[in-house]
Amino acid sequence: MSAHTKPQPLGGPLWTPAFKILAAIFGVSVLLIIWRFVAGLGATTGLSDGYPWGIWIAFDVVTGTALGCGGYAMAFLVYIFNKGDYHPLMRPAVLTSALGYTMAALAINIDVGRTPYIYKIPVFVSWWNLNSVLLEVALCVMAYVAILWLELSPAFFETWEEEGSHPALKKIAGVLHPIVKKLMVPILAVGVLLPSMHQTSLGALMLLAGQKVHGLWQTPFAPLLFLISCVAMGYGVVAMESTLATSLFRRPRETKLLARMAVVPAWIVVVYLVIRTGDIIVHGRLGLAFQLNIQAFMFWVEMVLFTGGAAMLFSPKFRETAKGQFQASMAVVLAGTVYRMDTYLVAYNPGKNWAYFPAVPELLITVGVVALEIMAYLYIVKRYPILGGAAVAPKVRGAE
Amino acid sequence: MTVDRRTLLKGMAVAGAAAALGPALEPAPEAREKRVPPPDAMGMLYDATLCIGCKTCMVACQDANGLPRDTRSSDGLYDAPDDLNAKCKNIIKLFKDGDRTSFMKAQCMHCVDPACINACMMGALKKREHGIVTWEGERCTGCRYCGIACAYGVPKYEWEKAWPRVIKCEMCSQRIAKGQQPACCEVCPRKAVIFGKYTDLLAEAKGRLAADPGKYEPKVFGVTDGGGTQVLYLSKAGISFQDLGLPDLGETPVPDMQQTIQHSLYQGFVAPVALFAVFGAVIWRNKKASGGDGEVKP
Repeated sequence: MSAHTKPQPLGGPLWTPAFKILAAIFGVSVLLIIWRFVAGLGATTGLSDGYPWGIWIAFDVVTGTALGCGGYAMAFLVYIFNKGDYHPLMRPAVLTSALGYTMAALAINIDVGRTPYIYKIPVFVSWWNLNSVLLEVALCVMAYVAILWLELSPAFFETWEEEGSHPALKKIAGVLHPIVKKLMVPILAVGVLLPSMHQTSLGALMLLAGQKVHGLWQTPFAPLLFLISCVAMGYGVVAMESTLATSLFRRPRETKLLARMAVVPAWIVVVYLVIRTGDIIVHGRLGLAFQLNIQAFMFWVEMVLFTGGAAMLFSPKFRETAKGQFQASMAVVLAGTVYRMDTYLVAYNPGKNWAYFPAVPELLITVGVVALEIMAYLYIVKRYPILGGAAVAPKVRGAE
Repeated sequence: MTVDRRTLLKGMAVAGAAAALGPALEPAPEAREKRVPPPDAMGMLYDATLCIGCKTCMVACQDANGLPRDTRSSDGLYDAPDDLNAKCKNIIKLFKDGDRTSFMKAQCMHCVDPACINACMMGALKKREHGIVTWEGERCTGCRYCGIACAYGVPKYEWEKAWPRVIKCEMCSQRIAKGQQPACCEVCPRKAVIFGKYTDLLAEAKGRLAADPGKYEPKVFGVTDGGGTQVLYLSKAGISFQDLGLPDLGETPVPDMQQTIQHSLYQGFVAPVALFAVFGAVIWRNKKASGGDGEVKP
């Protein structure tokens, strides 16, 4: 790898005005999280016996982990299909994945009612119900959070090994860095295996709800559709992150590289759309898409976003400019997001007399978790070698 | 040669992925073993033609299970739950459509093949003695997947508590252990709900249907519905089970679709191990081919 693509810490001040605003938002959510644990879920959320799962599951966990599939998608390209030129996109992708999955894990801890018992899931092996898809998701996500931070750990070790770093950190890096280096092949292989497993399972979870899930979403193909769409979303997030980071931090653009990569998610979305629509047509469910209800409307929102996103990614006009890449990628990422929110909330109907809309504290906790994620991103890219290439301007400036 | 091997490995990766995902493309519902009630199965039979809606069973249920009165919708005056909830494991509802009226008793159906126990990560909900589905708090993380899964909307949650429990009818298993009946069956003045061995109740229900076919809907609900339930229902002629609020599930057990796919994917854990081996081999091969210091840098 040539020297100019070697990742470097951005440096610069951490406590920018943007960072302070994020910290304030996160501070508010901390108070609300405390309230949630003192007063219970009923007092702080819109959840009910009809809608036992809300945005913390549908957005923070199910969508959040799919948004964290950048590392997974890039690993396929870089390590399995050996496209080394995309390597500069790898570390930022793994960082966003590690943060996305860590925040999802945090959200689960806030969402479950008996949080202190979560430790029992990995520990009490004899209790495992091997029929439970949720158990598979829980174990797999726990393991994958660890794997992602291991994949990223060389970025920390490299910094800690430098002159002038704290002796304790130097010692830790000295011991662990060689071990992680030696184990990197199995770590990366597990890192590709685990998302293949739990992203499929996230699609399988709602199969158990049977008739309660609307016919446009309740299909045995859901596991496959979730897997396919999470990969497309992964590439989308990587492209969005790259364009955003280059604009905010005045880095050299990766437009050419991203333009070449854009056809990959575009074709993945085509495959997704063929299976999704084919399944609905073959099973005679197309009529459901032409009814006057929120489900049919949301189905078309998904279709327009997926189709539009793929068309934009295929079109050189969008694909070859940074702005176009961002818009096209955002369409695909939004499409996958809406597909997941629909499957878990819009398509879910527990019967009449039940309604769900997230409560204000519930929404603010989700916003706070996202704020924490962005803060962690800013801190890590400024202190550790994540982003590739030298700054365009000689002085590195922080995010405004 | 190197190109060939690389192509081969890539092909293997694709084949491995296809092997893992293949079952999702062709789900075979017959692959899953059909569940039957356990030999010691106990159950309940509710005959809507006998129920007079006195709600004695509701009070008895609360007393037997240490449940508080649900006075939320009556300004604290009297017990008036609007549905099954964390304070109410058993409720009498009224169906009314012009002249067509019927009472309906709702509680856990104690499914033969329950969706909730397939959902439950660590077996907090399980079919225990007599095929009764009970909840064990030590194993419950409060994830509420049981509530998502249940087609009858039965598992309820203590939303107002910081340490919530899942509340559902457990057929008074604590009373059965002492040789008593479930409280609702014991107190019913009309014997509209009766307790007994599943096989006896099934014969009884069929007998009532045969003896007076004009009186009943021509079906015992729960024999095959959603794979079968240990609580059986008879309804008045002209009032369907859907009128009473029971779902039309067909004969396929609710967990079938999910379980068939998931078990095909994970059979013997072969696919994950194979995928891991293929991914590992390809990454290792690519790493060697790329030369340099041989380090795989993330």
